[in-house]
Parts: sequence; C-alpha cells; structure tokens
Amino acid sequence: MTTTPSQPAIVVTGLRKSFGDHVVLDGIDLDVAEGTIYALLGPNGAGKTTAVRILSTLIGADGGAVRVAGRDLATAPDGIRAAIGVTGQFSAVDGLLTGEENLVLMADLHHLDRTEGRRRVADLLARFDLVEAAKKTAATYSGGMRRRLDLAMTLVGDPRVIFLDEPTTGLDPRSRHTMWQIIRGLAAGGVTIFLTTQYLDEADELADRIAVLDHGKLVAVGTAAELKRRVPGGHLRLRFADTVRLAAAARTLGGSARDDDALTLQVSSDGSVRSLRALLDRLDDASVEVDELSVHTPDLDDVFFALTGRPAAAKETVR
Amino acid sequence: MSTLSYAVSDSATMLRRNVRHTLRYPVMIVHVLGVPVLLLLLFVGVFGGALNAGLGDGTYIDYVVPGILLMTVGYGSSTTALAVNRDMTEGIIARFRTMAITRTSVLTGHVVAAMTRTMVSIGLVIGVALLMGFRPAADPVGWLAMIGVLALLVLALTWLAVAIGLSARNAEGTSSFTLIVQVLPFVSSAFVPPDSMSGPVRWFAKNEPFTPIIDTVRGLLTGTPVGDSAVIAVAWCVGLALVGYMLARALFNRDPVQ
Repeated sequence: MTTTPSQPAIVVTGLRKSFGDHVVLDGIDLDVAEGTIYALLGPNGAGKTTAVRILSTLIGADGGAVRVAGRDLATAPDGIRAAIGVTGQFSAVDGLLTGEENLVLMADLHHLDRTEGRRRVADLLARFDLVEAAKKTAATYSGGMRRRLDLAMTLVGDPRVIFLDEPTTGLDPRSRHTMWQIIRGLAAGGVTIFLTTQYLDEADELADRIAVLDHGKLVAVGTAAELKRRVPGGHLRLRFADTVRLAAAARTLGGSARDDDALTLQVSSDGSVRSLRALLDRLDDASVEVDELSVHTPDLDDVFFALTGRPAAAKETVR
Repeated sequence: MSTLSYAVSDSATMLRRNVRHTLRYPVMIVHVLGVPVLLLLLFVGVFGGALNAGLGDGTYIDYVVPGILLMTVGYGSSTTALAVNRDMTEGIIARFRTMAITRTSVLTGHVVAAMTRTMVSIGLVIGVALLMGFRPAADPVGWLAMIGVLALLVLALTWLAVAIGLSARNAEGTSSFTLIVQVLPFVSSAFVPPDSMSGPVRWFAKNEPFTPIIDTVRGLLTGTPVGDSAVIAVAWCVGLALVGYMLARALFNRDPVQ
C-alpha cells in the first residue's frame, strides 16, 4: 500500500477559511507524502469538505499557504488543476449523458487524441464494471454505479493526486468494499490519495496517516495505531429485564456506567473472549440474568471523546 | 495546441454536451419551438381581423410577424436562463471548475447551443407565417440584413440570460427576467403602432430597446426605409451583449456558493 515517501504531494500551512462570522478552518497544517493515502477524519460540519474544496482549487482560502503536486495554489491554480482529480461528496456526473458519453466528455476536455481517449474510456468502463450500463444515461444509475462512474471520470486525466470527499458515504456495504479496493489499487499505482471520512474504520482500513479535524482545527495526526492508542478500549453493553437485576449487576460489576432508563450497564472491556467469559461467570455467581449483550469496538465517537472530551454527534453544526 | 485552439476545442466539447441536453429534454424543444408558433396563430387568428381594420393599408400578419419574431427570441432567452440556472446546480459544473480547461467554455457552450435553438425557432415561425399568407417584400439583401439583426439580438439576450441564470439562486429567481423579455414587446411597436397608445405608455414604447429592433426588422422585411432605427437597434444589441458577457463571466468566476 505504501511506497517510500519521497517529496510531499500536498503541503498546507496555516490554512484559514470563514463564511461570514463562521470560522470553518482555523489554521490547519497538512503534510501528505507522495503515493500515500491520507485521511481527514471528522464529524459533519468539522470543515472536511471546505478543506477539500480549497485544496482542489474550487474555492479560495482566507489565509495560509497551499502547495499541491509542487504547484502553489495562489499563483498556479491551473497547474494544480492539471495534476489533480476530484470526486466530491455530491455526484459530479452529467445525468443526461450516458456513462460512456460522460467519460468521453472528460477525455475531450483533457485534449486526449481520439484513439487514446477511446482506449482509456473502454479501459475505465471495464475496470469499474460499467460496460453493460455504458449506453444508459447516468440518471438511471444506482448510487454505487454513479459513484464508480464519478471516480472513473476523475481518472480519465491520469491525475497524480486524487481528492475523495466522503467516497463511501451513503453506499451499501458491498459497494463500500468495492470502493475501498479501488482506492487501494490506485495508491498501489503510486497515486497520492487525500480522502475525507466520518468513519474511523474506513480511515483505519485505508489510510497511511490520519488527521482528526474538529471545529476547523486538527486535534490529532498520526497512523491508525497511534490514534487508537489514545482511545480507551472498547466496552460491553449489558441489558437487563428490570431495575432489580440492573442494580444487582451494577453491585457485582463495580466501576460500570449505569443507565436506568435503557436498563443497560456499560462495562469497559478489550472485547476478548477470556474477559467476556470472566464477566459472565461473575454475573452467574451472583445469579443475575442478562437479557442482551453487545460488544463495542472504538469508533469515531470514542476517538472524539478521547481527543476533545465531547461526543462527536453533539457538535454537528449547520454549514 | 495554443490557448486559443484549446478554448475553441473546449467550447465545442461543451456545445456537444448542451446539444445532447436539449435533445434529451423534449419539454425544452416544445417550449422553444412550439410556443412562438402558437403565439403567431393566436395573434393572426384571434386579433388579426379586428386589428386589420385599424391598421389602414397592409394586412396585420405583415405587421405582426416581426413582433412574433421578437417574442420568439424572448422565449428562447428565458429558456436559456432556466437551462443555465439548472445546469449550475449540477455537480459536474464543480468538476469542470477543478479541471484545467478554458473556464468560459462552459458558458460559450450554452450560448452557442441557445443561439442555434432560437435561430431554428425563428426559421420555423417564418415558415409557418409564409404558409399563413405572410408576404414580405424584402430582397435577398434585406433578408440577410434582417437575419443579421435578429442574430445580434439573440446573442445579446442569450448572454443576458446566461448572466441571469448564473445570478439567480434558483429557477424561480429567473422569472423576473422571463417577465421582462415577454412583456416588454407588448409595450413596443411589436403588435400595434405606438402612436395608438396613450401618453406615457407611448413615450415608453417609442424609447425602449425593442421598438427600434422591431422597426428595423419590419423595415427590412417590408422593404420600407428603416432610417436611424437600424443604428439604434445595433447599438442596443451590442451594448446588451457586452453587458451580458461581462456580467456572466464575472459571475461564473465567483466562488460557487454550494
């Protein structure tokens, strides 16, 4: 997945952006090595999309310096445009054109000669499993197909740096895995990938480095392993039939968080079978019957809680 | 390739895209082609008899066709404003903005497609009018000059329409432009001579831009002298086209809101 990091593909220092009084990016620094996958992780409203829109030359920044593929954003935006590909959160395909026409449109705009353009279009249709749908208008495509066509269009120009804004949001699990495979394949080919996501598991699966964005500031940067070390382990959730049993269980298992309304008890656990068995044995000894048990591994909420002391969901703001 | 040939090639690519859109969106074709013909039938069939009487010499159809042609251009441009407005909300426009292409080609594609649509529509209206008994006295030079003036008007209103389509927040936002281009012809020499109107309305009708344009087209078609109408008409068209173009370019180069 990783090639030897050489020169940085993206360098950002002190990037700032506000919309009116609302500060969206409050001085962020990024350093993305060439040929790596970099994930910008954060909840809705954290400023992820704004960051991608600035780095991909779509909107201007209020302050800070940005270099992408060796070109300066302020002085050579067209140089950056020639080197990048962008697949945004909202579908950037032309719904009234067929899949094939969409790709040919991209080939024409990259001024590829006819033979080369046709060859690349045919390649991409095959690679993204769109051959059968090639002659249908994109408006008739399913969500997963549109996303694949979208990414295929991004690849027509053979970009060196690709921006993917929440590439799997709204996709079913199967399409999501297909997308992950495609992204890994691209990185293996030496392309630098900058993606945003709300899912820790996605960043975990794909990224060489992860930056956590919260309220326009980076609160942590590191590998997935480094971030997880800062997050307390997972927990078990036990549900009981009534408050009597809940109280009995709470007495037996000290140091657990009790929720009387939901009749649940939250217990820290590393999720191993051994610890699970020990816990159930203790409840059995106390003759407390458990209705339901679920295991929770750390997710974005846990990372956020650990890094900011607040849950991620409560910080959603309207952009 | 040079910058210019890239600009031409990008514009041609965008034009192909817009033509496909027109062909795959039949409602637009019906609107652009059908409504002007309907108007022609209405004015000649419903009002023609009554208005013939008040017009003195000549038949009403010979008088009204230039006015209908103007309405045709107006309808065409309001369709363009809508089409541009809808297109700008499409995600693919954001993609175009992140690509190293000639930016204005997106707009040029719209303008050329819209001009083609409207000129076809003008041809259709003239064809139907001829079938209904429209008998212009123009010689080939007059025809060419008339088509030239109309083309210039189409160019002007199309660039204005593109600017309106870009500035409007949604489709409803283009409706005031639609209203202006569709009502202004009524308060001009399009359907009745301004001399038959009352005080302030007459003054407005004589001095608004559509009147010299219609008078020029009418003069060229009927072979009567056009006087200084032609110069005023061309000046209005060139001026409006320039304003529309500058405005559209500035609006398109803004940061997108969405």
